[in-house]
Amino acid sequence: MRNMNKNWNIMTGNEAVALATKLAGVRFVSAYPITPQTAIVEKIAEMVANEKMDAKFIEVESEHSAMASVMGSELAGVRSFTASSSHGILYMHEMLNWVAGMRLPILMAVVNRSIGPPWNIWADHSDTMIQRDTGWMQLYGESNQEAMDTIILGYKLAEHKDILLPIMVMQDAFTLSHTSEPVEIRDEMVVREFLGDLNLPFKIDTNRPMGYGSLMPPDGPFMELKMDMKKSMYSAVDRFVEITKEFNDLFDANFPGPVEGFMMEDADYALITLGSISSTAKYVVRNLRNQGKKVGLLRILLYRPFPKDLVISYLRGLKGFGVVDRSSTYGPYGSLYMDVISSIYGKLEIPAANFVAGLGGRDVRVKDFEEMFTKIMEGEEGEIWINVGVK
Amino acid sequence: MPFSIPKEEYMMSGHTACAGCGATLAMRYVMKAMGEKTVVTVPASCWAVIPGNYPNTALKVPFIYTPFASTGATISGIREALNEEGKEDYNVVGFAGDGGTADIGLQALSAAMERGHNVFYIMYDNEAYMNTGIQRSSSTPYGAWTTTTPVGKDRVYKKENKKVVADMMMAQKVPYVATASIAFPEDLIKKIQNAKKVKGPKFIQILSPCPPGWYFNSENTVKIARLAVETRIFPLYEYIEGKFTLYKNPNPLPVEKYLEIQGRFGHLSTEEIQKIQENVNKRWEELLDREKGKVIT
Repeated sequence: MRNMNKNWNIMTGNEAVALATKLAGVRFVSAYPITPQTAIVEKIAEMVANEKMDAKFIEVESEHSAMASVMGSELAGVRSFTASSSHGILYMHEMLNWVAGMRLPILMAVVNRSIGPPWNIWADHSDTMIQRDTGWMQLYGESNQEAMDTIILGYKLAEHKDILLPIMVMQDAFTLSHTSEPVEIRDEMVVREFLGDLNLPFKIDTNRPMGYGSLMPPDGPFMELKMDMKKSMYSAVDRFVEITKEFNDLFDANFPGPVEGFMMEDADYALITLGSISSTAKYVVRNLRNQGKKVGLLRILLYRPFPKDLVISYLRGLKGFGVVDRSSTYGPYGSLYMDVISSIYGKLEIPAANFVAGLGGRDVRVKDFEEMFTKIMEGEEGEIWINVGVK
Repeated sequence: MPFSIPKEEYMMSGHTACAGCGATLAMRYVMKAMGEKTVVTVPASCWAVIPGNYPNTALKVPFIYTPFASTGATISGIREALNEEGKEDYNVVGFAGDGGTADIGLQALSAAMERGHNVFYIMYDNEAYMNTGIQRSSSTPYGAWTTTTPVGKDRVYKKENKKVVADMMMAQKVPYVATASIAFPEDLIKKIQNAKKVKGPKFIQILSPCPPGWYFNSENTVKIARLAVETRIFPLYEYIEGKFTLYKNPNPLPVEKYLEIQGRFGHLSTEEIQKIQENVNKRWEELLDREKGKVIT
C-alpha cells in the first residue's frame, strides 16, 4: 500500500458505477436509456458536459446500436463503456456475441432487472443469465463498493493480453442501483496506473489493413478461434485471483475475488448465492451460527468463467447445500445450480437443493433464508420455489 | 473532359464476386475517391463475402464486418473514437446493401445521420437481398420478380414502389445526399470529392446492377446502369447543405429500353410498363420542382 487519498462518500450503486468509469479513464461511452440503468449514463453525460470526465458520450437510438458503436470505438483503440438493463440486454444479444468474437475487452455495467411480460422493473438476474453463453465474462456484485470496484477490476481482467474478452459487471436493480451506501472512492491516479492504457494489439490502423471478422469456411480456423475464446476465458479465473490480490494490496481493500466463502471453514451446510441477496443470507448464517448450527455461504462473484475448482474446494466436506437461482430459465434446473452440479459431478456426492427466489424484485427475506437452510439440513433436494403463491 | 478517375487501386483482383457484379465496381470507384486513409465497415451483404475467405482480403484498407442492422452505429463509434485518438483525417465509411440500409439497418442509419457524425454511408443498391438469393427488399422496384415476389399464376411480382432511401435522407436534412451510378464513374467520384468537403454525415446511394438477380448477361452491367439514368428510372442528383441539383439528360429514353433487357421484368404487360413510365414521369416532375425550390410533399 502507498500514500493516496482515502476518500469516502455516500452514493448509489449507479453513481458508484458512473464515477468508476471516470476513474478507469473510459474515453468513449454510448448508451440508450432504460430503467434502472439510466442514472449511470445521466451521471456520465453530466461529468462529460462539465469537463470532469475526458470522454466522448453519445446517446444512441437503441441498445443494439449502443453495443455496435462501442464495438467500433473499441476497435479504434479507445477504452469504451456502455450500460443497460433487462430488455436492453436482450435487444443487444446479437452484438454481444459479435463483440466477444471480435475479442474486444469492452465493459458493460448491467443493473439486473427482470424480463417481461408482465412489465416489471425490479431485480432479478434473468437478463444476464440469458447472456451467459455469449462469450462475455460476468461479475456479480453485492454492494455499492463492489459496483465501483468491479468496473476497475473488470477492465483490468478484460484487457489482459491473454484474455481480451468483454465483461459485464452486475448490480441488482434498486437494492443497489438506487440505494445509497458509503463507498470508498479509489484514487484516480492509482487506478490509472493499475490499468495502464488500453493497448489493443489489432486496433484500426491504415498502415496495417486487415479484415475484422472475415468469412471463414469449415476448414478455416473457425473452430480453433472458438476454442481459443473458451480457453482464454477459463484462464481468467486464475488471472482474476492475481488481479484481485494486486488490487487489494494497492488500495488496502478486501475485494473477495472470484468467490467469497463466508463462515465456510467448518460448515456442514451452505447456500450458494449471487448478488445483493447475499447480504441477507450472511445475516442469517451469523444468526444460525449463534444457535450452534454449522452453516456457511458461498457467494459467486465471477460467474463467467465459472470458477469450478474454487467451488469444489469450498463444497468439499459439506453434508448438504442449496443453490439460489434468482432468474427464470428453462433448463431442468436453474442456471447457477446446473453450473455447480456439473462442476462437482464425479468429484463430490452431496445432496443439493435448487431454490428459486426473488424473481421480479420479490424480497428474499430473513425467514426465506431460514427456510432454505432448514430444508437443506433436512436433506431436501430438487427445485424448490421460495415465497410463492399470491397472498 | 480530362480523365478524372484516380489511378490508385484499393480494391485488388481476386475477389469472389460474380462476373459483371455492379457492387464491385461501386466499391472500386468509391475507394479510388476515398483514398488510403479509410476504414470501411460492411454489414451482412454480398460485400461481406466478396473480399474472400480469411486470411485473404481484396481491400487495402481496414475492413470491419458488422451484423446486419448495425452499420450506422458501428461507423458512429469508429468515427468518434478515431477523433478521440486525433485521427480526424481518416475517412470512416459504411458500405451497405439495400437490405442492410432500407430495411434492417434503417434505424441505425437514420440515427447516425441525425447525430451528425462525420461519416460516409454508401448504399450499394442492387434492389433485393442478393447474397441470400434474390429476395425482395423495400428498395426493390415496382414490377420486379424476386424469389419472394414470384410471378406465378397470381402474378404476385412486387406491386409496391421502391423506397428511395436517398429521398428519405433529404427529408431528414442530412448535410450531403447524392445518388450515383457505376455507369458514370467520374460523376460518382466527383460526388465523393464534394462530400468530403462537407463536415458531417454523408449519404450516397449507388445503383449497382446484379446479373444473377436481375437476370441479364454479365457484359450488360454498365449498359443497364446507364439506361437506368437515361430512362430516368434512377435519376442522378446531389443535395449539398439544402441545395438540390438534378442531372438532366436532354433526351430521355422510354423505360421499356431499361426493362426489356432484364429478366426480372420479363413478365410485364404493356399496361404495366406504361404504369412504370407514368410513375417515372411523375417523380421526374417532382424532382424538377424540388430543384426549383418548390415544397415537396
